[in-house]
Amino acid sequence: MTAGNPNFFRNLARTKLFWPLVALALMLVFNLIFTKGFFHIEIKDGHLYGSLIDILNRAAPLMLIVIGMTLVIATSGIDISVGAVVAISGALVAMLIGGTLVLKGGVQEYVTLVPMPLAILAALAAATLVGLWNGLMVSRVGMQPIVATLILLMAGRGISQLITNGQIITIYYKPYFFVGNGFLLGIPFSLYIVLAVLLFTLYFTRRTALGLFIESIGINPKASRMAGINAKNLLLCVYAFCALCAGIAGLIVCSNVKSADGNNAGMYFELDAILAVVLGGTSTAGGKFYLIGSIVGALIIQTLTTTIYSIGVPPEITLVVKALVVFVVMLFQSETFRKVVFSRFGGKVSQS
Amino acid sequence: MKGISLSFPGVKALSAIDFRMFPGEVHALMGQNGAGKSTLIKVLTGVYPPDQGRIELEGRAIVPTSPLDAQKLGISTVYQEVNLCPNLSVAENISIGREPMRMGRIDWKTLNERARTALEKLNIRIDVTQTLSSYSVAIQQMVAIARALDVSARILILDEPTSSLDEQEVELLFQVIRSLRDEGLAVLFVTHFLAQTYQLADRITVLRNGELVGESRAADLPRLKLVEQMIGREVSQESGALSGTAQEAMDQSGPALVEVQNLGRKGSMTPFDLKIRKGEILGLAGLLGSGRTETARLLFGADKADQGTLKMAGRRLPLGSPKNAIMSGIGFCPEDRKTDGIIAELTVRENIILALQAKRGIFRYLSRKKQDELADTYIQMIGIKTSGPEQPCGKLSGGNQQKVILARWLATDPQFLILDEPTRGIDVGAKAEIMDLVVQLCQKGLAILFIASELEEVVRCCTRVAVLRDRVKITELEGAAIDENAILHAIAGVQE
Repeated sequence: MTAGNPNFFRNLARTKLFWPLVALALMLVFNLIFTKGFFHIEIKDGHLYGSLIDILNRAAPLMLIVIGMTLVIATSGIDISVGAVVAISGALVAMLIGGTLVLKGGVQEYVTLVPMPLAILAALAAATLVGLWNGLMVSRVGMQPIVATLILLMAGRGISQLITNGQIITIYYKPYFFVGNGFLLGIPFSLYIVLAVLLFTLYFTRRTALGLFIESIGINPKASRMAGINAKNLLLCVYAFCALCAGIAGLIVCSNVKSADGNNAGMYFELDAILAVVLGGTSTAGGKFYLIGSIVGALIIQTLTTTIYSIGVPPEITLVVKALVVFVVMLFQSETFRKVVFSRFGGKVSQS
Repeated sequence: MKGISLSFPGVKALSAIDFRMFPGEVHALMGQNGAGKSTLIKVLTGVYPPDQGRIELEGRAIVPTSPLDAQKLGISTVYQEVNLCPNLSVAENISIGREPMRMGRIDWKTLNERARTALEKLNIRIDVTQTLSSYSVAIQQMVAIARALDVSARILILDEPTSSLDEQEVELLFQVIRSLRDEGLAVLFVTHFLAQTYQLADRITVLRNGELVGESRAADLPRLKLVEQMIGREVSQESGALSGTAQEAMDQSGPALVEVQNLGRKGSMTPFDLKIRKGEILGLAGLLGSGRTETARLLFGADKADQGTLKMAGRRLPLGSPKNAIMSGIGFCPEDRKTDGIIAELTVRENIILALQAKRGIFRYLSRKKQDELADTYIQMIGIKTSGPEQPCGKLSGGNQQKVILARWLATDPQFLILDEPTRGIDVGAKAEIMDLVVQLCQKGLAILFIASELEEVVRCCTRVAVLRDRVKITELEGAAIDENAILHAIAGVQE
């Protein structure tokens, strides 16, 4: 018997990342068999093109939101206002850039109301403000997170509709398209944003005591206070950061579709984000959190969506298929379920 | 109740207890924590069926199978924590589960009227249509009693009804209980307050470790005797043979490290003064509920004192902030380590470094190497039995969890350590180890506040003992004056 292999496998199986990765891999294998040209990547005009790149690019907003959501959920909270924040951020940036097409002698002239960097900063500041409000309600007023963020889930969408006047603002300012559609060194620019935010978050949670404190508060807030951790400010920061992530996601969404739709942008993002976090192995009860797991979770969701479209599942049963796949993945995440299944399987093996 | 016995797996909870109650009498059930008071009540109300013995009510054998069943038989219970729905109206709370119906719908008029009469019997006139939560805890307690009495009760059980009431509210409650007694009800009353027992009870039964110690008329049982019975130790006139081991080492003249003046919080602890010097172990003695834990929590800032000052090494500390307490060198091992102490899913290493890291702040993160060093050092130094520093803390045994919390505070290099029942619920070997550790720490110059129910432990290691009774600091004993007799006398409130 070689000792190395089974041990390595067992250690891998024990990490929280294992099951989400298995799910993702299975989905890719499924596509390898059933979707023609799924893994085909070609270079066009110096840019990478293909289904895989497409999935990554489309998943960018969700991946961003999931980073912030993971931290919030780790504190045993939840933020269901992220979808509304996406809408606010997009609406604000579109409004500040301006939705007028200016033609000069048949050639489009790129004009903005406010310089683009300023517009982006304003949108992100607004998002952070919304997050601070959430954090204030949760940490200082003592509101339940789901209630506090429910308020902004509704009010936030209202605000974004006010900003856009209930209309869809179309953006004609081409430089802004780069945020969501641009390529840098052949790779979509949005992925650089995701990577930067992810590395930043990983650094601050794992190279400072932030991660430890967040987990500690999520597991036992009373004992954490006794150990001298100031939960109030920490919660405030975490909610603000989550909204900031959603704000960045809003910029990308808005740039992707070259318009801001206060009514529908970011709709149901909060549900996808919570799902991704859970798929990634972080418990909604709070405590230990897994950022990379959440990213994998977001990719699972996007791959699933793309797969369903590409194999041509009739639209009326799309949601059912999606739910079924999520259900199966969740089952395998459950330790109790795995024990029941594998002990039966293991039992038979030992008998034979 | 005759010869009631009940065993739980591994524990004999009650052994052959006889217990009787008379109509028109208040009967106090006394005993330390874990003496079997609650268990006995649960047998009486049908929560647990007894293994042996039988229960008779007015000469007829009864077998209550559930609290509801007991209630139908006329045995009603009001639990320590008010067991009502705070968001329903007072009247709804009183009638819940047995609402008067008319044509398939609730008859609100009768319901409210019924509640009003029930409360008037207790001399309380309030608007019964208001939500329960709009009234004080005392009134809520009365509503709970009214609800219990609503079903023609013959026995009323009150499990620590006064623990969250202030003095006037207690008096109000007692008036109600007395008038109920005079109407011929048999009242069973459980409390930790000695004074209240004597104010109210006609008869006292004492339990200890699941055994019946005795039943006597309140008038025939002096306080000292009662405390003796509860604690299970003869208070002889001989001086204690166990004298402190650490007291010689103490520097009597040293300046106070911790200086407390008039610190108090309404409803939790009457204002008190306290001084603790370096290298001193100050014991806090008193019965459960006498204010020991409350004192500790006020000192650490876990509860905010509403008056008084607290000085550490001459510097005044803001009240009500554990973080500030930690920054100035205080550590606190809480009584309930599961809810206030360990972070169960974090590893032993993370639990040990937590307070030190909180002291350093988020950005001065201890390197992993340093963390491992700290964890290894303390695991060895105080003998934490764990499969390794990466084991989740929740998987350790109680005694080892206690050691982890101790390690957490030692890692912060504290000057003053508050230990609330550090030896509770852990086995004898671990107990001795922790006691030795406490004495060693004090020899290194730490000031320690030591709280323990076991007087023997207090006597063995403390250089000074403050005695609490009914949330008041009664007296301090020092040096040779510390022995179990003297402490017991002080707890009972009798002059030697």
